[in-house]
Amino acid sequence: MSDILLNIENLEAWYGDAKVLHGISFGLKRGEVIALIGANGAGKSTLLRSICGLMKKKTGTISFDGTVISGRQANEIVGLGIAMVPEGRRLFPSLSVEENLLVGGNTGRKGPWSLKAVYELFPVLRERRHTPSTALSGGQQQMVAIGRGLMSNPDLILLDELSLGLAPIIIKDIYELLPKIIGNGLTAILVEQDVTRALASSQQFLCLQEGKITLEGEPQAFSRDQISAAYFGM
Amino acid sequence: MVWVNIIIQGILVGGLYALFAAGLSLIFGVMRLVNIAHGDLIVAAAFLSLAIVQASGINPLASLLIVVPLAMAFGYGLQRGILNRTLGKDILPPLLVTFGLSVILQNGLLELFTADSRKLNAGLIETASFPLLPGVAIGYLPLLQFAVAVIVIWGLQYLFYNTSLGRAFRATSDDPETALLMGLDQRKVYAWAMALCLGVVAIAGVFLGIRSNFDPFMGPGRLIFGFEAVIIGGLGNLWGTLLGGVVLGVAQAIGAQINPGWQLLAGHLVFLLVLAFRPRGLFPKVDG
Repeated sequence: MSDILLNIENLEAWYGDAKVLHGISFGLKRGEVIALIGANGAGKSTLLRSICGLMKKKTGTISFDGTVISGRQANEIVGLGIAMVPEGRRLFPSLSVEENLLVGGNTGRKGPWSLKAVYELFPVLRERRHTPSTALSGGQQQMVAIGRGLMSNPDLILLDELSLGLAPIIIKDIYELLPKIIGNGLTAILVEQDVTRALASSQQFLCLQEGKITLEGEPQAFSRDQISAAYFGM
Repeated sequence: MVWVNIIIQGILVGGLYALFAAGLSLIFGVMRLVNIAHGDLIVAAAFLSLAIVQASGINPLASLLIVVPLAMAFGYGLQRGILNRTLGKDILPPLLVTFGLSVILQNGLLELFTADSRKLNAGLIETASFPLLPGVAIGYLPLLQFAVAVIVIWGLQYLFYNTSLGRAFRATSDDPETALLMGLDQRKVYAWAMALCLGVVAIAGVFLGIRSNFDPFMGPGRLIFGFEAVIIGGLGNLWGTLLGGVVLGVAQAIGAQINPGWQLLAGHLVFLLVLAFRPRGLFPKVDG
């Protein structure tokens, strides 16, 4: 078993004619959490969408656990062990909390996560399991989105903007649970606007600017100024 | 008592209209597809039953055991092979393609079975009845037809809200892209929905063929009844669709009693009134 779980080589991606990722290459070790930082429009979400198979127009190679997945459909990729917690949560409005979680477990992959385990992580969801997902608060919706991703028992979880639109106290709660979420040796890519929080929660980081990697490495290895410069392109 | 009888007979016919409509409602709910060929598929199922009955001599009701699975397989293939390719942001391609399918089905049936009017013969059940009240006799066939409609609607409702396939239908209908991230391939989910729809279409077709004469060109009329029942009942609500069928059936029965020429007109008028005053239907789905 190779040490590298996810390997990306020379990834380029387009929305229509607009090229949004330019020659992205990096590797992600098993069990590692990597933070993806960058300003709005830097290409962070596009990178995640490319990995999970939602970007139609892209070139380059993405391999996961030794298998090339860049040509695969999103519905196959989740079955191989990559779960996405999408930006804006994207819960299914006509499904209850529990149904949203059950749909997440649709692939039938075995592992530590089940309805019971998700309810132990987020007890409030058990109380509200029959509630329509739209009737929850933003923080609770984010818990459902995370739980739904975990239900597929992934090896790699992509967390896109966990804190978007949430109150600071809720963000704090969710980040306090992060070690439990990515325990069990789960590998994670964390996309976050809140740079300080993202860097504090990860072993590695990548800084993107206009679709290119401007800085990468361990967060402790760089000064604040160096990271700011890479982030803003100064 | 005459009017009680008329209303009861209208309600029972409404069951058949609900069967016409349930598949339309299901398909629209899952994939926002308006299937113009729906009525022709109902008629095609009646002809398929006729062919099986003629070849084997079995009762048309027994032919359901063959017609339903064949129709479901056809529906699955139709969706995978043709209709999935037409779905997208533009609503025109599926309309055009199903319109084309309607023309092909009508002409195909004409070629195979000629323009003669046919009927499925189910035997004694067609005329047998029991007295409910003085002057009100309930036919076993209309009662069976209504009971089957209730069971079909209940079954679809159960499937939608209590099974993993139902969750897949609703999740894909809500947000196909996110459903893909859960491993739900919309092409397959839609194909299963169409298979189920055609299963219901097959049941509707066989009951239609037992109840009245049919010919290759009566599909569009059944499509209109189906549409009217769906819209009277309220889009996206299967029990509403059953009630929509009943409202249509009762309106037609009352119209026919006043003047035989008014049967269809009365149904269309009720439909127009609902569209004018309750455009979301009498029993719209509660959002959220």
